[in-house]
Amino acid sequence: MTVSTSPGAPRPAVRGVRFAIAHVPDLVLSGSKPRRELARAPAGERDALRRELRKHRRSLEAAVAYPPHQVLLANLAPEALWDRQRPWHGQPCEAGPARGPGGVLVDQSTFYAWLARADSARLVAFDAGFAETLPPLPGGPGPAGTSPDELRRALAQGAEPLWGELDEPVGRVVAGHEADEALAPAVILENLAAKVTGALALRELLAAARDPAPVDFLLGAGEEAVGDRYQRGGGNLAKAIGELAGVTGAGGVDVKAFCAGPVHALILAGALVRSGLHRRVVVVAGGSLAKLGMKFRGHLAAGYPILEDVLVGVAIEVGPDDGRSPLMRLDMAATHRLGDGDAPHQIATALSAAPLRAHGLRLTDVDRFAVELHNPDITEPAGSGNVPANNYRILGALAARAGELGREDVARFERAHGLPGFCPTQGHIASAIPYLPHAVAGLTAGALRRVQLVAKGSLFLGRMTTMGDGASVVLERAG
Amino acid sequence: MVDLEGKLVLALGERDGIPAPAIRACAEAVGAQVIYDVTQCFV
Repeated sequence: MTVSTSPGAPRPAVRGVRFAIAHVPDLVLSGSKPRRELARAPAGERDALRRELRKHRRSLEAAVAYPPHQVLLANLAPEALWDRQRPWHGQPCEAGPARGPGGVLVDQSTFYAWLARADSARLVAFDAGFAETLPPLPGGPGPAGTSPDELRRALAQGAEPLWGELDEPVGRVVAGHEADEALAPAVILENLAAKVTGALALRELLAAARDPAPVDFLLGAGEEAVGDRYQRGGGNLAKAIGELAGVTGAGGVDVKAFCAGPVHALILAGALVRSGLHRRVVVVAGGSLAKLGMKFRGHLAAGYPILEDVLVGVAIEVGPDDGRSPLMRLDMAATHRLGDGDAPHQIATALSAAPLRAHGLRLTDVDRFAVELHNPDITEPAGSGNVPANNYRILGALAARAGELGREDVARFERAHGLPGFCPTQGHIASAIPYLPHAVAGLTAGALRRVQLVAKGSLFLGRMTTMGDGASVVLERAG
Repeated sequence: MVDLEGKLVLALGERDGIPAPAIRACAEAVGAQVIYDVTQCFV
């Protein structure tokens, strides 16, 4: 890859990152898997299943104190989870705050208040009494309420229910158009949830940033599909997220690449800064409502609370080298190319080994690989295994095959160069990105020299190809 | 251990585990006929 070496071209750096975690336990009922299971359950069993889901509902206090969430907020190092007994919900952090260097965790009421604020097409309404309980937001009136009769009528006509702690819906989302599947109520809710959580992360980032220069470009990197019947994936939720977060003067575009979207977007953000076209670029992505409760069957069977009860949004700022922030090595960025092959070792070679070796580096020269960082307490009860561990096994095997370490050291690669998984199964959010606050801390105040972010995308899920995809980028200490 | 020679195989792979093309290659190497393969992603 040829990168501009013009002396005027600024080297890109990761200047900040913030997560917004929205704890929405009652919206688990609207996740794709719970929704489908409830719909196909015989009438007599549906109520029982709903009650079972509610019985395993996690409190806000439990969600805040949950160690993996404290890692996501960067109040706890991910390495601290190695020696913490699993399942981690049995070892809550004492007095863990809902805010940290990595972002903020908000409750369901706050999320609902922002949902109403984000509703530019006026498709969301809450029961008037419930609307009065929502927290006020700066810069505008609270949500308008609707009558119980209107709520009942709308739900009977197919509106999407919004659930609260009681058994009756507290609000509804109606369709964006009565004859457009792409604007169905569930789709509108999913897209608004992404808009809200992306905007909350962007607000956190901008509130903490020291750079007075305006944001001049936004790159959306979520997996939602925003559009209508004639352009189902039209997109550019980036601009809607920026608008909700109060940004003005910035352009935007979405980068769509399944779970690899954010890392692809990071590379593009770095290239935009390096080219001099933009100065302050922010990658934004909202959370996935569809993935709420995705593995609930496994959690119910294991006696766990429903762990997939949070939406996670992220905002990552890329700007010129400031002498301190970790530098993006664009010359070591890689994307999975046509013909690279889709077996795990082929993908790992293309994304990890090849770009490092092209610069005379070994896999063991990287302090930390941030891969698919899904929380194994979420995935293992559902039979999906330990996803980061599987990825580190492949990297360790590649390193052993290259003679960088002995076969007996492959099993230790995970501890030496990897991380425990800690991110909720929020798709694109979990792919390498959750480690960023810790990477930034380690590459500035800490002792890290080099981190590689490695994300994979499952293109085959869209049925347009059987290929996979991925992207990787290296961050290094400045100076 | 199952002897796959001559058997029909449905290869259900997982992206971060063993993807379907790898299962296909192993099964065909021991004489099985893979009649369907798909790779899922469960995260």
